[in-house]
Amino acid sequence: MKRIGVFICHCGINIKDTVDVERLTQELEDYPGVAYIENYMFMCSDPGQNTIKNAIREHKLDGIVVAACSPTLHESTFQTVLKESNLNEFQLEIANIREQCSWVHNDIEQGTHKARLIIKTAIEKLKLNESLYPVSAPVTKKALVIGGGISGIQAALDIADGGYQVVMVEKKPSIGGHMIQLSETFPTLDCSQCILTPKMVALSKHKNIKLYVNSELESIDGYVGNFNVKIKQKALYVDPAKCNLCDDCTEVCPVLVPNEQEEGLGWRKAIYIPFPQAIPATYTLDVENCLGLEPIACGKCREKCTAEAINYDAKETIIEEEIGAVIVATGFDLYPVENIPEYGYGKYPDVITSLQFERILSATGPTGGEIYRPSDGKVPKEIVFVQCSGSRDPEHHLSYCSKICCMYTLKHAKLYKHKIHNGQPYIFYIDIRAGGKRYEEFVQQAVSEEGIVYIRGKVAKIYKNGDKMIVMGMDTLSGKKIEVEADLVVLAMGIVPSEGSHDLVKTMKINTDDKGFLSEAHPKLRPVESLQAGFYLAGTSQGPRDIPDSVSQASGAASKALILLSSDKIYHSPIIAWVDEDLCSGCTICVGTCPYGARELNQVSKVVEVNEILCEGCGACISACPSGAAQQKNLTDNQIDNMIKIIASGK
Amino acid sequence: MTLKITRENIKNSLVDKIEDISGQNVFDCYQCGICSSGCPVTDYMDFPPNQVMRLVQFGCVDEILNSKTIWICSTCLQCSTRCPKGIEVAKVMEALRTINLRQRGGTLNPDDLKSKELKDLPQIALVSAFRKLTG
Repeated sequence: MKRIGVFICHCGINIKDTVDVERLTQELEDYPGVAYIENYMFMCSDPGQNTIKNAIREHKLDGIVVAACSPTLHESTFQTVLKESNLNEFQLEIANIREQCSWVHNDIEQGTHKARLIIKTAIEKLKLNESLYPVSAPVTKKALVIGGGISGIQAALDIADGGYQVVMVEKKPSIGGHMIQLSETFPTLDCSQCILTPKMVALSKHKNIKLYVNSELESIDGYVGNFNVKIKQKALYVDPAKCNLCDDCTEVCPVLVPNEQEEGLGWRKAIYIPFPQAIPATYTLDVENCLGLEPIACGKCREKCTAEAINYDAKETIIEEEIGAVIVATGFDLYPVENIPEYGYGKYPDVITSLQFERILSATGPTGGEIYRPSDGKVPKEIVFVQCSGSRDPEHHLSYCSKICCMYTLKHAKLYKHKIHNGQPYIFYIDIRAGGKRYEEFVQQAVSEEGIVYIRGKVAKIYKNGDKMIVMGMDTLSGKKIEVEADLVVLAMGIVPSEGSHDLVKTMKINTDDKGFLSEAHPKLRPVESLQAGFYLAGTSQGPRDIPDSVSQASGAASKALILLSSDKIYHSPIIAWVDEDLCSGCTICVGTCPYGARELNQVSKVVEVNEILCEGCGACISACPSGAAQQKNLTDNQIDNMIKIIASGK
Repeated sequence: MTLKITRENIKNSLVDKIEDISGQNVFDCYQCGICSSGCPVTDYMDFPPNQVMRLVQFGCVDEILNSKTIWICSTCLQCSTRCPKGIEVAKVMEALRTINLRQRGGTLNPDDLKSKELKDLPQIALVSAFRKLTG
């Protein structure tokens, strides 16, 4: 029989005021199995820890119960005490008599009684605890970064600079994401492309980074530190190594397609380069719009290409990679503007989205950075910006704040004013959220000095009268109904997780919240990790955020991935499931129940086996198993029965 | 009634005049409302001080010139003291009163004053009369 030591903590007055620790010490002294018992003001303090160490030595204890706060706080502290005393750390049980007892009771009699039961259950569980050792596995020292926007680029560069191999997968023909579409960035108004392209070039030239564009994640198997990844790359009809960017192919291509890089405001050919600074620097053939890969149908581009870079017979390829850690940086899309018909997008060409306005403002955009409205090319003299288009409307659209629209709208208004000095920008808003560094000053300066007019209220309707767009709104500050005759209206669209991310999360089996954004392991203390081990989150895939936040988070995710990649082995808690082979009938109910894919039927022995690295110890298989063959280490049915007996006895 | 805002009327000559007389940038106001919440006579006004500021920002000066508010204001300077943006709201109120009085006409000509009146009238009354009833 184990010689168990029980150590009851006062936690100052946190426990002592509601639990009579002295009485419990006396009462439990003679409880079967208890060889030593003591109470102390702060068990977690150095003297408190020494009390335990001394007692282990002097009383030859081989099991310890610490009755104190939640195990999430000090379990590891006391496990270390056991290890330092040459005991296995799984011979420790924490009896939580603070969060689950003293903090939720007022009456000292009731509190003491409940604490007594909690400590007794911990003693009973400990009696049957086995000594366990962490499970370990090797680590593949290579990271996969999904998404080539600013977040993915930053994470990839950080990991590669840390000396590890990186594989980047980007769906589009070039990296750069939404940031490459932006004109300037707030609140500094520096050029978005000018600050992003150096990073894109650095990525393309980095010896540790392998970039796959036009590619998607096909499948991912394995577990943390040891993933097997399949990447599907679309057929590369233009060989990047041969393409010399002469532009001859686009001149002969007869097909015009709305340019997605320009948010549909301009046109491109079916063979094209997405934008001048595209990485990889190569033309790309849009097979869906190409007249046909058979030279009989067209074939003009291949005829013209002197570099012989075009190959109509190229095939889609599957690339396999061994990966240790995955960074998910799948980005955002705008909320579908068609969902707000009262704003007239699609019906009126002079109602545009915020990303379209970015392109109009951009020097590489369809107007070369000059502000003309789409309908007749007129310079808009009065322009209305409608904030919260689709955001903060739980009844009809998105319930959340998209966070970046306040600042990008103000940036739009300022850039407009800087180009059209006698023009008048109006911004309809509900609240101005300017919580970043120097953001509030950016707002105040605009209002005080630049003549940008904020009107507090949500726009109800936009319609056309002559060549003007009539914006019907309200200023709740003055109580006045407002009407503006605008030349151009820009809808500050809210943001949603990128379209492709919905399928991707299913492939990766990682959690999302109810909005489809990736879930972090802990909202405050583990914000860049997924609950699924080995997956790290960066950028707007996790929620709306601006460039500085995305970059910081990407670096945070990269450093978490680097911790994993720089470890020789990964360790995993041994509190996991195991199978009693004599009882297992091989029914495989548990295999389907396991959310981590950690269980598999051995086709030879016909019993289920547990992959110890994948198993997270959630217990789903144990409750699903009809024969009691699935058991949790140190939480066996026997242990749980004994604990229930104590509680049920009420003594 | 619906207010139609245009770039011409939003910063009209009366708004310029208010800024000129008061020396304040009315567009500094971000509508926190501390002027109105601390004002001892808000209850007696038809527009609280923050709405006066708001209406000036929209160029609706005539509406305020005909309001009771500008005459209820006692220039206690509470608003000016507390404004987080450093706007001297009381000076804006005074500018509005001045514009109102000037619009009424009846300009004071010093030559019309008799020497006895000039001698008997308190100096402060003369200064204030000239300020309100000239230019």
